[in-house]
Amino acid sequence: MSEAVADDVAVPEAESGSSLWRDAWRRLKKNRAAVVSAVILAMMILGCVLVPVLGSHDYASQDLALGATAPSGEHWMGTDPLGRDIMARVFLGGRVSFAVGVIATLVSFAIGVTWGGVAGYFGGRVDSAMMRVVDVLYTFPFLILVILLQVFFANKDGTFHHLFQGIIGPLVEDAADPSWFPVFQICFVFAALGGISWLTMARIVRGQVIALREQPFVEAARSIGVGHAAIIFRHLLPNALGPIIVYTTLTIPQIMLTEAFLSFLGMGTQEPLSSWGLLAAKGAEVMELYPWMLVFPAVMLALTLFCFNFLGDGLRDALDPRIRKD
Amino acid sequence: MGSYALRRLLGLIPTLLLVVTLVFFLVRLAPGGPFDAERAAPPEVIAALEAKYNLDAPLGEQYFRFLGDLLKGDLGYSFKYPGRTVNEIIALSLPVSMTLGFWAMIVALTFGIPLGMIGAIRQNTWKDTTAMAVAMLGISIPRFVLAPLLVLWLSLGLYLFPVARWETWRHMVLPVICAALPTMAYVARLTRGGMLEVIHADYIRTARAKGLAERQVVIRHALRGGLLPVVSFLGPGFSALLVGSLVIEQIFSIPGMGRYFVEAAQNRDYTIVMGVTLVYGTLLMVLNAVVDMAYAWLDPRVKLS
Repeated sequence: MSEAVADDVAVPEAESGSSLWRDAWRRLKKNRAAVVSAVILAMMILGCVLVPVLGSHDYASQDLALGATAPSGEHWMGTDPLGRDIMARVFLGGRVSFAVGVIATLVSFAIGVTWGGVAGYFGGRVDSAMMRVVDVLYTFPFLILVILLQVFFANKDGTFHHLFQGIIGPLVEDAADPSWFPVFQICFVFAALGGISWLTMARIVRGQVIALREQPFVEAARSIGVGHAAIIFRHLLPNALGPIIVYTTLTIPQIMLTEAFLSFLGMGTQEPLSSWGLLAAKGAEVMELYPWMLVFPAVMLALTLFCFNFLGDGLRDALDPRIRKD
Repeated sequence: MGSYALRRLLGLIPTLLLVVTLVFFLVRLAPGGPFDAERAAPPEVIAALEAKYNLDAPLGEQYFRFLGDLLKGDLGYSFKYPGRTVNEIIALSLPVSMTLGFWAMIVALTFGIPLGMIGAIRQNTWKDTTAMAVAMLGISIPRFVLAPLLVLWLSLGLYLFPVARWETWRHMVLPVICAALPTMAYVARLTRGGMLEVIHADYIRTARAKGLAERQVVIRHALRGGLLPVVSFLGPGFSALLVGSLVIEQIFSIPGMGRYFVEAAQNRDYTIVMGVTLVYGTLLMVLNAVVDMAYAWLDPRVKLS
């Protein structure tokens, strides 16, 4: 701050100063670990989009005569005991893992931001009632319930399955086709994980909104007759974006890891679909015989989680307004 | 403080009742029953079994009888382990899970806090990056990948530790490491974040100004303030350890509660499912409450009301 005076007195503050976002961007670019992470993630996503389209192998087609083979020129990551190409399965699994992470995070984002924003803005009794709900849900053993639900309803004749046919029936040609079931199961995982993870987001957003709501710009908006919803979503939340972005970046890897955990217990993604968690869990069982079945999905998963976490921490450092300008 | 604690703990009862009720009806309305088997038993046998375990009564009656027994501390008999009560099973398996969780937490704190301190004190240097990278490996590798790798390396390669079971301290090493690593990562990150928040605060400058040694400033002043987020993480962290031990108990064949949970849910062993849910639920809630109180004790600015 002080250098502006010494450097050039004639330049007005508005031009020499830089916005929070430009500052943050500058700080982020200087954080080499975060930049490398972002680049790796971008490549990873690109790979997951392109490889299943361009690759010459299908993730589900089997070749029992071939069986499990080590990586070769034909199958770059080898094949599994059913003769399926690991590379095709790894990149399809990447799509599923990313989709679970991103969609569940969006669910938690939508609920958490709205809940926290409304509670923080109205304050008083509304706030204490809404936050009481969050407190109660916080102590709720959700993962336990998700596991129970999955065990009980993953049954082909179960309520879950009928529900699935009811929902997907109008959308596809043949709802009885069993290959659709894993898709539905994944959707359940999305919803369940999103439902679990919105609570922290709500707390963070509420704290931010409470800190902001007495600021003059909110009062100004109110004085010209802006409605409550517009004040929350147009004025308050955009100003609270920093912590929201950081927490979102950190939620994605957490959810991807939980998906892997559920897949290991047999309650996440189901064969013949794949996810990194499922592939790594299967690979871990046979790692002495066919190590390539473990190595590729596990490295992809670990690298992705690692990069998301580093990027999230980098963003936090970059967006923290308390850090002095340097 | 005492009355706050009492009120807080009493406040948990409605939530707990909600969880118990939800699970009670969920398990009974779910397809499949505890006496389903490959070779179906004759209907008379099933009827007799259901009568024995009081499963033929209307749901409402079963529910209130369950609540009545619960008040007396009686969780009933397991369906799949005939002659064993749920109380017995929990009494045997809960200490195992708790021991695993306890030592994992100790290991996580012992390594996580120093890593976080290094990160905060040497912010944005290679030491910071390295410390955080080490910590983050813990949340980047799923436990079910880490565990077999460690077994392969330390047990089957170097013959240092046993592969499975739960008998001597040597059996505990690998499961505790696997359980501790993800928690360690969170602890390190929270310590770093917490210390960075206070390290530029006025009271730290005051401490320096009055000539305290750097060591004292960091340990007595910055660390105490910086540890607050870690303290509030202890409750959820310990519950995450317990739930996460589902995987570890399965991989290392440890006779803890997590194993019973998955198994019982698959077998429709209603009484065990109820018992384990109840124990998990109570633990998680009580831990959170205790952590909130510890928080107030550490941070003089926080007032409990």
